[in-house]
Amino acid sequence: MNLSVNKGEVISLIGPSGSGKSTFLRVLMGLLPPTAGEVRIDGGRIDYRSRAQLRAMRDRMAIVFQQYNLFQNMDVLRNVTIAPIKIKKRPRADVEREATALLLKVGLAEKHHAYPDELSGGQQQRVAIARALALKPEILLLDEVTAALDPELVTEVLDTIRSLASEGITMLIVSHEMAFVREVSTRVVMMDKGQIVEIGSPVEIFGSPKEARTREFVGKILRH
Amino acid sequence: MWDRIVQEAPDFFTYYNAIFVLQAMGRTLGLTVIGCVTGFIFGFAIAAIRSTRARALLPLRLLVTLYVEIFRRIPFLVILFIVMFGIQAVSRGISLFAIALISICMVSTAFMSEIIRAGMESVPKMQREAAEAMNFGFMRTLLLIILPQAWKVILPPGFAFMVMFIKDTALVSQMGVVELAFTGKMFVGRGFSPFLVYGTVLAGYFVMSYPLSRLGAYLENRLATSRSRESIQRVWTGPGPVQSEPVGEQG
Repeated sequence: MNLSVNKGEVISLIGPSGSGKSTFLRVLMGLLPPTAGEVRIDGGRIDYRSRAQLRAMRDRMAIVFQQYNLFQNMDVLRNVTIAPIKIKKRPRADVEREATALLLKVGLAEKHHAYPDELSGGQQQRVAIARALALKPEILLLDEVTAALDPELVTEVLDTIRSLASEGITMLIVSHEMAFVREVSTRVVMMDKGQIVEIGSPVEIFGSPKEARTREFVGKILRH
Repeated sequence: MWDRIVQEAPDFFTYYNAIFVLQAMGRTLGLTVIGCVTGFIFGFAIAAIRSTRARALLPLRLLVTLYVEIFRRIPFLVILFIVMFGIQAVSRGISLFAIALISICMVSTAFMSEIIRAGMESVPKMQREAAEAMNFGFMRTLLLIILPQAWKVILPPGFAFMVMFIKDTALVSQMGVVELAFTGKMFVGRGFSPFLVYGTVLAGYFVMSYPLSRLGAYLENRLATSRSRESIQRVWTGPGPVQSEPVGEQG
């Protein structure tokens, strides 16, 4: 598969389960070793076997997981601030000020000192988004961030992502929320069996897909 | 029996005997505490080594795994004698107490490492992954994320092991180390009533192990309550119907 992403783009990956969407994000993040192929950022090839390069790349990206993966032993504020303080070595006061602003932005200003298990799924996922943003990533990876949520909690998380999209941060989104994908994406990537089937604008993919596989998938999803 | 105990008691509970028993208790306690602390430190190191994935560390992982598997499977008494004869073959200048201590540390390291490893593995893998994606290194992940969460799984069996270990140290009396169980044998040998003597020994073990159990229970409780005021209430409401509390705002 071959995919290039421009700065500020919002790319959505869609496709049936097991088509390799999440795997792709995990490989990008260096959580799974790539078996073949290459990743370039700003034209420079990333060598995933090099610890230094891997670190440098993770420094520029952040990922939000389906299961939120907030650190259970830390309260909300510490979840958001720990990596900037401990890993990026930024001054605590600055980081906490930014974290407060981020938590306000995701609608959780009151929850600084709550622990993850005291929050609903939607709240946890919004904290996870704030945590990712606190790293000031150039690229944000969102891996089925609403898939584990109760239907009525999906909206609050999607609203948060929608506001990010309008701010021009580069995003790679894996999602099954087709209406949302259609609305926020600059381009949509249809994947199946580890391959890219088709890349196009949301209008193209959902309106007039070229490939039979895309038509079949989109037809099935949109029918209900 | 009772008459004999009453009759012998003044001769038994003398100042010098008391000092002797207390010293023996000190030795038992010393063996246990040093054994457990050492066991914890090395056990932690072993658990940490076993949690690595780098291919370069594979031989080290195999080695420590082998160590743990062997030392958990040999009876403590056998280890004692292996270590004793092993050390004495090399040098004769090492005291029995030191040999006993070395054996105890070796055994407790093996058991503690398994307790700590089980605790570390109880933390979901995804926590590790999230940390990795944020560039946490191995030690930071371990100390900031894994251990704080593993703690509550490690503590209960950890303290159960220590309490058990206080009793197991009695085996070193077999090689002639004068600890609490040894004093029992000795006083009975001097003709005191076995009920009197072993009653005292029993009290000695109880006095040492009970506070340790309480400490364990206290720490567990504190760990469960240190989080927030709600959870303190949850713990102290005791048995009875579980009250459902609103947790956060559900959407």
